[in-house]
Amino acid sequence: MTPPTESITINMGPQHPSTHGVFRLRVTLDGEVIQDVEPIFGYLHRGTEKLAEERSYTQIVTLTDRLDYTSSMINNQAYVMATEKLAGLEVPERAQYLRVLTSELQRIASHLMGIGFFLQDLGAMGTPLMYCFRERERILDLFEMVCGARVTVSYMRPGGVTQDPPPEFWPALRTLLSDFPHYIGELERLILENEIVLARTKGVGVLSRELAINSSISGPNLRASGVAWDLRKADPYDVYDRMDFDIPVGSNGDSYDRFLVRVMEIYQSLRIVEQCFKEIPDGPVRADVPFFFRPPVGDAYAHVEASKGELGFYLVSDGTIAPYRCKIRAPSFINLTALTDMLLGWKVADLMVIFGSLDVNMGEVDR
Amino acid sequence: MTTQLRGEEVGQRLQAAFPDAVTSWDDDVVRIEPDAIIEVCQFLKDTPDLDMDFLSSITGVDYVESFEVVYHLTSLTHNHSLVLKTTLYGRDDVELPSVMGVWKGADLQEREIWDLMGIVFTGHPNMKRILTWEGFPGHPLRKDHLGG
Repeated sequence: MTPPTESITINMGPQHPSTHGVFRLRVTLDGEVIQDVEPIFGYLHRGTEKLAEERSYTQIVTLTDRLDYTSSMINNQAYVMATEKLAGLEVPERAQYLRVLTSELQRIASHLMGIGFFLQDLGAMGTPLMYCFRERERILDLFEMVCGARVTVSYMRPGGVTQDPPPEFWPALRTLLSDFPHYIGELERLILENEIVLARTKGVGVLSRELAINSSISGPNLRASGVAWDLRKADPYDVYDRMDFDIPVGSNGDSYDRFLVRVMEIYQSLRIVEQCFKEIPDGPVRADVPFFFRPPVGDAYAHVEASKGELGFYLVSDGTIAPYRCKIRAPSFINLTALTDMLLGWKVADLMVIFGSLDVNMGEVDR
Repeated sequence: MTTQLRGEEVGQRLQAAFPDAVTSWDDDVVRIEPDAIIEVCQFLKDTPDLDMDFLSSITGVDYVESFEVVYHLTSLTHNHSLVLKTTLYGRDDVELPSVMGVWKGADLQEREIWDLMGIVFTGHPNMKRILTWEGFPGHPLRKDHLGG
């Protein structure tokens, strides 16, 4: 006869060592098995969409830096693309190349952070994270050369980018490109065949292809479930249609695949950066767009493949210098939709592995 | 390149299937009646050559005299997209049926619209505030919200 049991509800967060920001989970457990999960968030809500209604189109670029603060360049790109669509602006070719180049460097930096913190969640305290940060630092140094800032870059503007990189940027980029495959290979050898990593991630937190699509999951999490959907290929923007790269796809949709897809994407991003480096044409980096401009009345939706998934901006113009409505389709936020389904039935020890493998960023979830 | 489906083409097909559902269409938008949202979405998802399997985003916009809810739909199979809009009148007790039964991806987005815009999605199993706290006064993205 089994003794009578009672489920217990516990609270994880908002200040938990591996919640990637302030995030709370109300977990109902039967012994060690997860019966129910309710994600609770909003602790970092700054009202970005409301703030945007009070600022001019150019000023909003600085707000987008602070969404997913690990991939500011890509946020800038998504936003300026929406303004360009709304106002019908043409972007010079060199600026498009610079956008793709910096966005891909940013994707590498963001994936490195995702991988590092994921391993930290597995219990590999410090070492792998520091390897990832060492590499990320090199990219941030390049950003500093390009625009003076490392994290909150605000590099892009409607109609182009703020400035051409200085002459010393190009040799530094060449060095980075020759160093990186070795670095990433080192990281890959260190972790991908590690027995503990395999034991804790293989088959854990499986997200099926059907559920992933139905729950609007995007980015590496969707591709890990076997869907080859990447907006850089499916709906190419800027100069991605000229780039030659592959889309890494997982087969099982487990935590290991999500992690593996990110590692593989770093190699593809390096390929894109290299092509930009070789092919970038001379010319102006910004169209002649005044600081204050008035797009015609109407609306526009532009989306990019950000490091976490589909990042979209839906702008509504009423013909003034500020948008009437600025909606942000944040990938991290929507990727949380499937979290409860992924966690049910797993042990509480797997909770942080599964949550960590989604690589959400609270700056973007809460906006 | 994702093809944007022509509003006219989809609008006419929807009108044939649901005579009272379609309000109007233009080049890239189909406007429908709020009451028909579930049937229309289910139709768009289940029709093989439309196959809108991916709900990109739902947006609420406050035009003061009315609210507009915008659905950005994508088909991953056919790589095409469609914008669906519906208009809701009134300021208090604004209601729209939830499309969570069609796409689970609507879950958090509908809760966000309730929280920030004050539109209730009927049939949603967990219609609670999501970014602000329970007891927050008003809905901050409304144009008449002055802060608490």
